[in-house]
Amino acid sequence: MGTSRQDYLDTLTSRFYGTVTITKSFLENEIYISTSKEKLIDICSYINSTFQASLSAMICNDERSLNKYFKIYYVFSLPEEDTFLIVNIPVSEQEPVFPSITPKIPAAHWYEREIKDMFGLEPVGHPDPYTLVLHGNFPDNTYPLRKDFDVQTRLPHLESKLPFKRVEGEGVFEIPVGPIHAGIIEPGHFRFSAVGDSILYLDAKLFYTHKGTEKIFETMPYTKALFLAERICGVCAASHATGYCQAIEKVAGVGIPPRAKFIRTILLELERLYNHIGDIGNICAGAAFHLGSAHGFRIREYLQLLNETITGNRYLRGMITIGGVRFDINNDLKKYIVTLLTDIKKDFKELTDIMFASSSLMDRLETTGRLPAETARGLGVVGVAARASGIGRDARVNHPYAAYREVDFDVPVFYNDGDVYARVRVRVDEVYQSIYIIEQCFDKMSEGSIKTSVKELPPYRQALSYVESPRGENIYWIMTAPDNRLFRYKVRSPSFCNWPAIPYTIPGNIVPDFPLINKSFELCYSCTDL
Amino acid sequence: MFTKFQKSFQTGVVTSSYPYEKEPAPFRFRGRIEIDNERCKQCNICVDVCPTGAYTWIEQDGKRYLQLSHAKCVFCGICEEMCSYKAIAITNSFELAATHKEDLLTKAGFDTKESVEALGKKLNEKIFSVFKRSLHVREVDAGSCNGCEWEFVALYNSPVHDLQRFGIDVVASPRHADCLLVTGPPTRNLETALIKTYHATPEPKMVIALGACAGSGGIFSNCYATKNGIDNVIPVDIYIPGCPPRPQAIIYGFLLALDRVRK
Repeated sequence: MGTSRQDYLDTLTSRFYGTVTITKSFLENEIYISTSKEKLIDICSYINSTFQASLSAMICNDERSLNKYFKIYYVFSLPEEDTFLIVNIPVSEQEPVFPSITPKIPAAHWYEREIKDMFGLEPVGHPDPYTLVLHGNFPDNTYPLRKDFDVQTRLPHLESKLPFKRVEGEGVFEIPVGPIHAGIIEPGHFRFSAVGDSILYLDAKLFYTHKGTEKIFETMPYTKALFLAERICGVCAASHATGYCQAIEKVAGVGIPPRAKFIRTILLELERLYNHIGDIGNICAGAAFHLGSAHGFRIREYLQLLNETITGNRYLRGMITIGGVRFDINNDLKKYIVTLLTDIKKDFKELTDIMFASSSLMDRLETTGRLPAETARGLGVVGVAARASGIGRDARVNHPYAAYREVDFDVPVFYNDGDVYARVRVRVDEVYQSIYIIEQCFDKMSEGSIKTSVKELPPYRQALSYVESPRGENIYWIMTAPDNRLFRYKVRSPSFCNWPAIPYTIPGNIVPDFPLINKSFELCYSCTDL
Repeated sequence: MFTKFQKSFQTGVVTSSYPYEKEPAPFRFRGRIEIDNERCKQCNICVDVCPTGAYTWIEQDGKRYLQLSHAKCVFCGICEEMCSYKAIAITNSFELAATHKEDLLTKAGFDTKESVEALGKKLNEKIFSVFKRSLHVREVDAGSCNGCEWEFVALYNSPVHDLQRFGIDVVASPRHADCLLVTGPPTRNLETALIKTYHATPEPKMVIALGACAGSGGIFSNCYATKNGIDNVIPVDIYIPGCPPRPQAIIYGFLLALDRVRK
């Protein structure tokens, strides 16, 4: 492309002269663009369509105590350039409405509904403005993320019925599933409208595991909040911990030692490994190919034991800390890791060879649950699902962090059918890439300290943080408060972006393929519901 | 076809022998926490740094003692790291499950007269006498982070732990279950579902609270969207601490659970 950051800004200022104010952040890849409600839709759709920048996150923040307004931030990520354009508008309490950009940019639809539930600001022109998070059992006018709402408030529990969209017609029946499932999985409610075995429509209700995580972040000192960040999700713990630590290190203006960067990279790749191999086993289970699932879970178990040996926790918790990492990886441990990964590479290759040679399994995987590239792009799908639909986005490449600048790896995007098989193949290829990254980290990392100290946080500083978790790109936005606390910590997980895509992949498939399709996306509920 | 058999034969038996043989957790594993009251200088740092407020002070015979609740603990290890007097020691013992929340205070773990190995040998016998050959479990996620779920999946689906070797099986519906294994703080949006599931389970039934969230609300306690532990919603028979508890710790919890039912 050859367009520099400044060129984009110049185009924008000349196009919208007098209606935008551009502020450069202390971080050079974040550019804040303040505008008004009236100009919002024009600017956002211009950035989205002309710059080809995708909507990475939408953040609402109750800044009434600072400047009398709620602020909504629209984070756009420029393609092929490590730059975020953050458009923001003020919304007053007296006029709690903002224009919905969903008709222009469909990726915004869940963010706007979330803002409506959590802050009580109404997206005007939203095509589907129903409750998302609070499920109707909360009393009216309860807006948990407003600053005047106390975290410990005990609210009466109202009886509520969630609205479901249904298909009517001869022979159409409804199959309700969940929130307590038959498998050992997280809770969500799915309502299928089906004729015989073929699904016509799927309505999914999530946010059952909403724990008020973002509100709890605002009540904790930043040192304690690290442990909350690790517990946003069980299987993305290292990603969330890294994301949180990077955010704190950025606002504090602290760099971490190179060795710590490499160790973090190793941990993040170990997380990707145990997730991907476990997911492949799980997909086999979804297709009733139990040989594959048994071997998949067996290898995952070796990796989790490795995690426990390195960090003391099977989910890599308690290792990554603000300013670096808590424990070092010595030579014996390094040898153990490298040997184990070499064995696993061979073991895993044998497993996938068996899988892909099995016609009964391939029959279930191929052409099932297709996600066309256009739908994926429109809904802002990220991670494995996006790459399987031919969209080559990966935060490790687009917005490098930790030691990813210093290692060489491929991002597999060439299987662009967007079916279950493509998502399996992307994972298989990423497994080898992860092992390759870990090997390079061990080769390149030098001796040295593993931690620097962070003492005081400057108040009211804002920063973005980003991590490519096994499921896709995690985006975090932090704003500090006085006394080493957080004013706001927004977590946007990849699952939040990808969930809305699932209902589009279901119609035309048979009911027994739903678990398979769902497992091929392997989305977290806890990451989404927060 | 041949490659499938070859792979299975080459792999061999991978099932762990816990609890018949001891399988110590890795060196860095953070398990039961022990407090040395002699060394403690009451500087209060552990109380200050604990993210879940698991440490409290108790008065006994005019003396002040530090007390830890393993039900609240998320095993982050920050207390041991911050204590300058080495009064807090994190051991790698994971057999922490208890039938009463009080047993999880200060010194967690069930004070068994018998060794765990003996308990393990007795397990089949117990299941036979109480539930006629088998124990059927329904797992209920009441808002966990998915960590506990994956540990139970590892226990049930992975050939390494293979829960079914104890005659314990996972069933699809609470109507077929003898035991509910509940995780999560629980959340407000799942409270009704949890209560309905409990009532759908036939008597006699037992409830196991799995993990720090289920035991006390853990790091998510005192929030508008959660309750502080499963026992605020339904009665709990067994608590298994951990964040999340490792598969062997869950096996230990089952051993304890079956003992309890026989009483």
